[in-house]
Amino acid sequence: MTKKRTGVFVCHCGTNIAATVDVAKVAHEMAGEDTVAFTQEYVYMCSEPGQESVVQAIKDNKLDSVVVTCCSPNLHEKTFRDNAQRAGINNFTCEIANIREQCSWVHKDKNKGTEKAIKISRSVVRRVNRNKPMEAIAVPVTRRAMVIGGGIAGIQAALDIANAGVEVILVEKQATIGGRMLQLSETFPTLDCSQCVLSPKMVEVKRHPKVKLMTYSEVQEVTGSVGNFQVKVHKKPTFVDPDKCKICDDCTVVCPVVVPNEYELNLTSRRAIYIPYAQSIPASYTLDEEACLGLNPIVCGKCKDVCEADAINYDMLPETVTEDVGAIVVATGFDLYDQENMPELGGGKIEDVLDGLQFERLCSASGATQGHILRPSDHKEPKNVVFIQCVGSRDPAKHCAYCSKICCMYTAKHAQLYKHHVPDGRAYVFYIDIRSGGKGYEEFVQRTMEDNDTLYLRGRVSRLYRHNGKVRVLGTDTLSGQNVEIDADMVVLALAMVPSKGTTEIAQVLKIGRDKDGFLAEAHPKLKPVESVTAGIYLAGAAQAPKDIPETVAQAGAAAAKVIALLSQATLSRSPLIAKVRPSHCTGCGMCVDACPFIAIRLENGKAVVNEALCEGCGSCSATCLRAAIDVKNVTQLQIHEMIEACLAV
Amino acid sequence: MSEQYEPKIVAFLCKWCSSAGSDLAGVSRIQYPANATPITVPCTGAISPMYILSAFNKGADGVLVSGCHIGDCHYIEGNYLARRKMHLTMELLKFIGVEPDRFRMSWVSAAEGAKFAQVVTDFVNDLQPLGPQDKLKKAVST
Repeated sequence: MTKKRTGVFVCHCGTNIAATVDVAKVAHEMAGEDTVAFTQEYVYMCSEPGQESVVQAIKDNKLDSVVVTCCSPNLHEKTFRDNAQRAGINNFTCEIANIREQCSWVHKDKNKGTEKAIKISRSVVRRVNRNKPMEAIAVPVTRRAMVIGGGIAGIQAALDIANAGVEVILVEKQATIGGRMLQLSETFPTLDCSQCVLSPKMVEVKRHPKVKLMTYSEVQEVTGSVGNFQVKVHKKPTFVDPDKCKICDDCTVVCPVVVPNEYELNLTSRRAIYIPYAQSIPASYTLDEEACLGLNPIVCGKCKDVCEADAINYDMLPETVTEDVGAIVVATGFDLYDQENMPELGGGKIEDVLDGLQFERLCSASGATQGHILRPSDHKEPKNVVFIQCVGSRDPAKHCAYCSKICCMYTAKHAQLYKHHVPDGRAYVFYIDIRSGGKGYEEFVQRTMEDNDTLYLRGRVSRLYRHNGKVRVLGTDTLSGQNVEIDADMVVLALAMVPSKGTTEIAQVLKIGRDKDGFLAEAHPKLKPVESVTAGIYLAGAAQAPKDIPETVAQAGAAAAKVIALLSQATLSRSPLIAKVRPSHCTGCGMCVDACPFIAIRLENGKAVVNEALCEGCGSCSATCLRAAIDVKNVTQLQIHEMIEACLAV
Repeated sequence: MSEQYEPKIVAFLCKWCSSAGSDLAGVSRIQYPANATPITVPCTGAISPMYILSAFNKGADGVLVSGCHIGDCHYIEGNYLARRKMHLTMELLKFIGVEPDRFRMSWVSAAEGAKFAQVVTDFVNDLQPLGPQDKLKKAVST
């Protein structure tokens, strides 16, 4: 092995590194390394002049390897590798030593920080000594995409992708697409009808020749990687043929089973055979297998008997289909925080205490009360309603630490809608702060207070309980410093938004990260807000963080644009850092074959052979091999041993 | 010598979870002792027991292995393999006579910056009373 000529470039990152790490000393220490031919420090190595100076140094000093000691490789590994290539050396001979996130930002003691930065830098210099030039592997791309979740985020992403000419499979767990937005009555700040905006999009996505719609279906398993995923989708039987169903409603009339209607947030009931909404897409009934008396003509069979279109088929079976796609958008939405967690507010057990979505259904013309605001207990018009904001939000001690972002706005909307329905009614809003950032939002809240005569009380509610047929609200007005007691006809809780149950499940299936609150984690909070940490998987909507409809639509469009850009490439380059066998050392024991999670290793003529198309480069094989006969390229066992040595050198 | 004894730690972090978690600790500016020098590997499954022994042999007072939570491995099952291997490594270390507190495994996700800082802080605190490790340390000839 000829001796490397490595250049070490130490970044100050302004004062982000230089304040707690003696950068000159790091550079000086690295200059003492046997293979280091050049060192340099600079205030912002990632800036244009910084990158240019690296290129110049590589050329002037005939360097063959580069170590940049700077921020996390997640930020600038690609920047500096591309830069190295620009200077004419192989990009895989450039490595990053992370002395910012893992050092300067977490240690205040400059001596200790410097010492650690030197160890980190030295270990990476030693690693680079044995790095080999590599070429990225070109892999073909499957020019199809999958969108998981059929709410407004998923519908928008699917339409945008399909309109670019790329085939999309839209998978929805429920019997209809539309998601949460379909449950809303009107939307802020324009008070335009939610369904009037959404329904045309639902129809468009259903009719689009490039969209394959799979409702009542769930993603079960995902294998493969960016450009070439294989997705196993489980399609539950609806027992109704949507092509034959005439939506005549004869079946529900005869069905003897009554269960709570989850689409109406349990405000009403439905039959075992049902259609979620009049606007459902697909426009067809679904037979709820669990509620049905038994899918057995001997037991019941009334719906099948009455169906003139002969659309009902009790023998329909679940199907599992595997779809090949190149990219995936996850748009699985939100749920409301469980009221059971708030016993002081009744834990969901007090009549006439509703959540925000239930109130939407009361306001909606297609909802439980045909758009009349009636309280559930006695179906009378409530003459005073208390709206409570931040229920479960902004409470790090007991509930969710974050702000759910949309509740200030939708509570203002609820108060306005209530006043429009019940002009002589009284609306109270308990709030902590009003957060109304957004186009036309502040004006909307002001209209609620002034034109719609809504009383805003700054304070929290401590308790709710039934009292004389009403709901007694005990709260505080912190501006006047007085306790407030209201006997309300109805109380509406603006519960925190939490990731939907499906989001939690899909994160496990896709192996994509979640943040501390359970929302899907974006790859970078500023620069990669729609990418997940896994290449080829993108995020849209409230599954990533609480957001309103315009933001959701914008993010869905952004995710679609990323998918289209990815799939417009003829081939993708795949990391060449995969396993490699040294046949001279391999005894054919087969332990690596068993250890490989990707079934990428097989034995041929008594030697291990790696399937380069399947290997992901995890290194489980190398850690299992007793003879160091299999290694991941550029992360070899020898390299790690030398890195360990460098970490412990005094 | 009044200076506090500072244990030397090698921390093997998987690229997807714990290394990202330590990045988050950085972004959140959560302070923790500078004793642990990180080596990022693709997966905890790639960590050979030889690395642990090698680190002790080269003078580490403690070795930390940290990866994705069980079930969350980016490579499906790498951390299960790691858990088994590291358990055996721990048994081996005990057999040799190395204090069990010198070797630690933790699960830190990319979202758990505070947890990463806590893991390192606790490890340093637990190593301090043990003093330098010399059971496996190779005698350096000068």
